[in-house]
Amino acid sequence: MKELTIISGKGGTGKTSVVASFAALAENKVLADADVDAADLHLILAPEIMHEEDFRGGRTAQIDLEKCIECGECLDYCQFNAIGPDFVINKIDCEGCGVCVHFCPVEAIDFPQNICGKWYISETRFGPMVHARLGIAEENSGLLVSLVRNQAKVLAEDRGFETIVVDGPPGIGCPVIASITGTSAVLIVTEPTLSGLHDLERVGGLADHFKIPTLACVNKFDLNEDMSNQIADYCAQQQIALVGRIPYDTAVTHAMVAGKSIVEFADGDVSKAIKGIWDRVEQYLKDES
Amino acid sequence: MIICIASGKGGTGKTTIATNLAVSLNGNVQLLDCDVEEPNAHLFMKPKIDHTEVVTAPVPEVDFDKCDFCGACGEICQFSAITVIGKKVLTFPELCHSCKGCMMVCPKEAITEKGRPLGELETGTSGSVEFFHGLLRVGEAMSPPLIQRVKEHIDPGKIAIIDAPPGTSCPVIVALKGADFAILVTEPTPFGLHDLKLAVGGVRILGIPFGIIVNRCDVGDDRVTAYAAEEGIPILMEIPNDRKIAEAYSRGIMMVDVLPEMKNRFRDMYEKIKELS
Repeated sequence: MKELTIISGKGGTGKTSVVASFAALAENKVLADADVDAADLHLILAPEIMHEEDFRGGRTAQIDLEKCIECGECLDYCQFNAIGPDFVINKIDCEGCGVCVHFCPVEAIDFPQNICGKWYISETRFGPMVHARLGIAEENSGLLVSLVRNQAKVLAEDRGFETIVVDGPPGIGCPVIASITGTSAVLIVTEPTLSGLHDLERVGGLADHFKIPTLACVNKFDLNEDMSNQIADYCAQQQIALVGRIPYDTAVTHAMVAGKSIVEFADGDVSKAIKGIWDRVEQYLKDES
Repeated sequence: MIICIASGKGGTGKTTIATNLAVSLNGNVQLLDCDVEEPNAHLFMKPKIDHTEVVTAPVPEVDFDKCDFCGACGEICQFSAITVIGKKVLTFPELCHSCKGCMMVCPKEAITEKGRPLGELETGTSGSVEFFHGLLRVGEAMSPPLIQRVKEHIDPGKIAIIDAPPGTSCPVIVALKGADFAILVTEPTPFGLHDLKLAVGGVRILGIPFGIIVNRCDVGDDRVTAYAAEEGIPILMEIPNDRKIAEAYSRGIMMVDVLPEMKNRFRDMYEKIKELS
């Protein structure tokens, strides 16, 4: 089974628009939205939810004020300043380490597990999709990303599909690491800006750190062709396979407003470029096996 | 005054707003880039860095002369970062949340702390603006403690402008906490609106007054402005999609350097923020 994860380092370079087009182009695949923090793929794919489950992440300490003797020991133990002078624990600051729970001399602190979000198995016009919603201000995004990827694998095995396409999160931290570890290849969608190049270097470094085969494409390449060429040079140096350049076109935004992927919406240069990229990515995944 | 620039969706223009606001105000300004995974403000501010420090997080180190393998450390750890198997103690520093539970619970005082590097914190100046940013070590998962360390440089006597990471989970919340005002930067597209709603949820949980900047306001549709009107959220600024701005951005050039009239708009916006916060 082949799993392709689309990442970008920098946010807003067009990951989800590319993934939505891949959804339309690829056959016999499972889609997974691993950007659980700000998931957008469902806005284009309009999934019909077939199965829904709570995501249980870490725990949060809760002081029972009836039992609390206000000795203040927990205030000294907590490394996160999560306990207020009124012995109410701030949920947002609580790290869920349980140290206060352990040391409370009168066992006044409960430690319930949190429901941090939900995850879903859905059907879309392009096939099955696994996605999730992390609650606002919640932790454990990496754990939820791993869960989404595992469920996508189970689903692919059930259906006898050979390909999983994963829409990853921006950045290089916890959820990104959870999105790419053990994947067959990553495709980095970048843009021809100084920020795009800088962030490509960092996220490319991350993929290299985990020894994951890396492909890249430049979105809106014609906004600054010099910078696009610099990115191409960088990719060549780093042995990142540059699989295509996508021109800038306002039709991409119009497609998004219409709730469609660009390859469904228009047959212009953007769609042609993305089709070329998918062909090369598909070939790359085949050759790797 | 602490102003945090955030957005649910990435790439909407947070860094553009943070840097241009910083240089438009006349002095007494700090810019703190808290998008430690992918910091970009320095590409525009071109600061002179005069101090770099490695930021570490405390993780356990076991003294095997003292350890009797009782297993108490493994029992208290919620993150599977330390475990005792027979006559061995295994630690997984990358899973450690630095709660120090293992150190406090150990009856033999066999566990001390050592520093695990999370990344670097750089300090400098750009013109009259004091500049700070964190750079998460590539391969490191845990950004919140580094963001926290960048924020420790906030001077309450100054205007501190924080460039936050995208999203709505822990790193963003750490960046936003304690701000007097949040500017949520969005774009008028379905993705922009959807992620804006998440960001609004985040600032409301924290109880921070906020307003919206609609960037590239003439692309997409009008649902963002309709949503702001419905919710009574002030729109602080609307910036049209201008190829001049996009090209300048692509080269690391500030918006106010190609459109100097924007400086006054940023100053006016700051006056509005003072009233709203």
